[in-house]
Amino acid sequence: MIDFGFFREIFQSISKNKLRTLLSGFTVAFAIMLFAVLFGVANGLQNSFNSEFSGDANNSIFIFSGRTTKAVKGMQVGRRIQFDNELYETLKKEYKNDIEFISGRVYKNLTASYKDEKSGYLIRAVNPDHQFIEKTDITKGRYINQLDLKNKAKNIVIGKLVWEDLFNGEDPIGKYIDLSKIKYKVVGLYIDKAEGSDSNEERIIYMPISTAQQIYGSNDYIDQINLTFNPSMSGDQAIAFSNKLLKRIKQIFSVAPNDQAAVRIRNQAQALEEVGTFNAVLSILVLIIGFGTLIAGIVGISNIMIFIVKERTKEIGIRKALGAPPVSIERLITFESILITSISGFLGLIAGSVILDSMEETLKEYWITDPGVSTSLVIGATITLIIAGTIAAYLPAKRASEIKPIVALRDE
Amino acid sequence: MLKIKKLHKSYKMGDSSLHVLKGIDLNIEKGEMVAIMGSSGSGKSTLLNIIGILDEHDSGEYSLDDVEIKNLNEKLAAQYRNKFLGFVFQSFNLINFKNAVENVALPLYYQGLGRKERLEKAMFHLEKVGLKDWAKHLPSELSGGQKQRVAIARALASEPKLLLADEPTGALDSTTSTEIMQFLQQLNDEGRTLLIVTHETDIANMCKRIVKLKDGIVMQDKNIKQVRP
Repeated sequence: MIDFGFFREIFQSISKNKLRTLLSGFTVAFAIMLFAVLFGVANGLQNSFNSEFSGDANNSIFIFSGRTTKAVKGMQVGRRIQFDNELYETLKKEYKNDIEFISGRVYKNLTASYKDEKSGYLIRAVNPDHQFIEKTDITKGRYINQLDLKNKAKNIVIGKLVWEDLFNGEDPIGKYIDLSKIKYKVVGLYIDKAEGSDSNEERIIYMPISTAQQIYGSNDYIDQINLTFNPSMSGDQAIAFSNKLLKRIKQIFSVAPNDQAAVRIRNQAQALEEVGTFNAVLSILVLIIGFGTLIAGIVGISNIMIFIVKERTKEIGIRKALGAPPVSIERLITFESILITSISGFLGLIAGSVILDSMEETLKEYWITDPGVSTSLVIGATITLIIAGTIAAYLPAKRASEIKPIVALRDE
Repeated sequence: MLKIKKLHKSYKMGDSSLHVLKGIDLNIEKGEMVAIMGSSGSGKSTLLNIIGILDEHDSGEYSLDDVEIKNLNEKLAAQYRNKFLGFVFQSFNLINFKNAVENVALPLYYQGLGRKERLEKAMFHLEKVGLKDWAKHLPSELSGGQKQRVAIARALASEPKLLLADEPTGALDSTTSTEIMQFLQQLNDEGRTLLIVTHETDIANMCKRIVKLKDGIVMQDKNIKQVRP
């Protein structure tokens, strides 16, 4: 049977000793609130950091060309290195097992117009694999495919912002856009989830690389080659692979091995390792902050509980003189502590989430996105504080329940 | 009803020990009203604490209602206190966040009585001390005399065999003191056994028997003609 009298005793003690209740409740609520807010902000920082660096596939390698800075085999400095389809095919064939996806890129800046709307955009002419390297999400229609490439089709895929600029909400699929006086058919609409909504990545028009090469250059030039390495590679293997690639390309174009500018390569694996290190440091920082807050809370609640028991020594003496067994004293104080810490822990949790919610917009300016803590973590922290509060109350309560009532009564 | 034989008690004071009670013999029958007198240091408070099972004696015998009080654990001591004894203290010792009726009901809570029954009984005893109308007041809203009457009601609530009062008038003015003593006499008339520790002769003279302690032994034990104000 539930002992209502016992709970009535506790509620009375809580409600009639407001300052005491408030003090211990505030400590717990504040600790949990701080815990939630600090953890949330740190998580938000980590979120921003991750999204900043996860725009492209994590295993991507970008290869750029420039001008030579070192003379080699009698060739002059300043020679321009130009990638072409042959290089693309060579790499694709030679590193068949190491490469997951590979695409060339040709850049153009063109004016696009549809009906009365008109605007300038960056054009990327690519191979179908490009979709996976850039992590482009098609929301409508399809991406550039092999058939487009083979037929040099005048088909394009437009970003969400291009669509918003030109179409006034009209369905773009199957419509024709003028790109510097040549009509292209829109076959797909995409968003770039990884870069975040409304980023400039969504202001780009994709077309088959073969189409661009024919229409805008009558050549087989490629501005840049992007590829992703086999995801089963370790970080070290990936770096070794990109070094091998660089060496091979330099060899193909007769570039001095120590020429830093003629052919350049950017390996995400390397960048990723740095991000990983930063993230690890951030995680440790977050943990220190979290546990620091928690320990401060534990120390706070322990102090208050010891103080409360001290303050109640006389009351304990009276209760014992009137026939209270020691167990009832322990239970009374311990349960009171559990009740206060649970309720105020819960309140702190709510306060923390409300603060995080209301600050979300402001925090965005400080490079903190989506701040938040996992519910299980905050509940875990609350339970830790409840347990700490219980132990902190139980130990002095036990001691108090064991002292002779005469000593307790003498306490003024 | 209360039998004490060759009771000894010493307190450790660092290396030496202080022998406070040096063989006390005392018998109290049902219905008596006994004053224990003595100057400070005579051991009267120590004796009261031992009788009240708030403290333990070293050697000798102490039995209450034919139950031997010896080597009790805390739980049993609490039970005996609740069953046998009612306390009235000099400083009242009411719980300040409980109102009058709740204070009176507290010993009944530890007897395991239901709330309704507790409050009914508590009200009955409050009415007996004439504070029915003050039942919902906190101790801080009561005068000294009223507080002591609440404390007496609380002591009576558990229907104890023996009512122990430690300087019950020590914190009260003389008019109120007389009132309280009158009330205690009235309780004695109803057949209750009372043991009152005091150092005031006026108060002691309102009892039926005076036991004088000095340096830990009984100096004098005599029945007197009770003064009734």
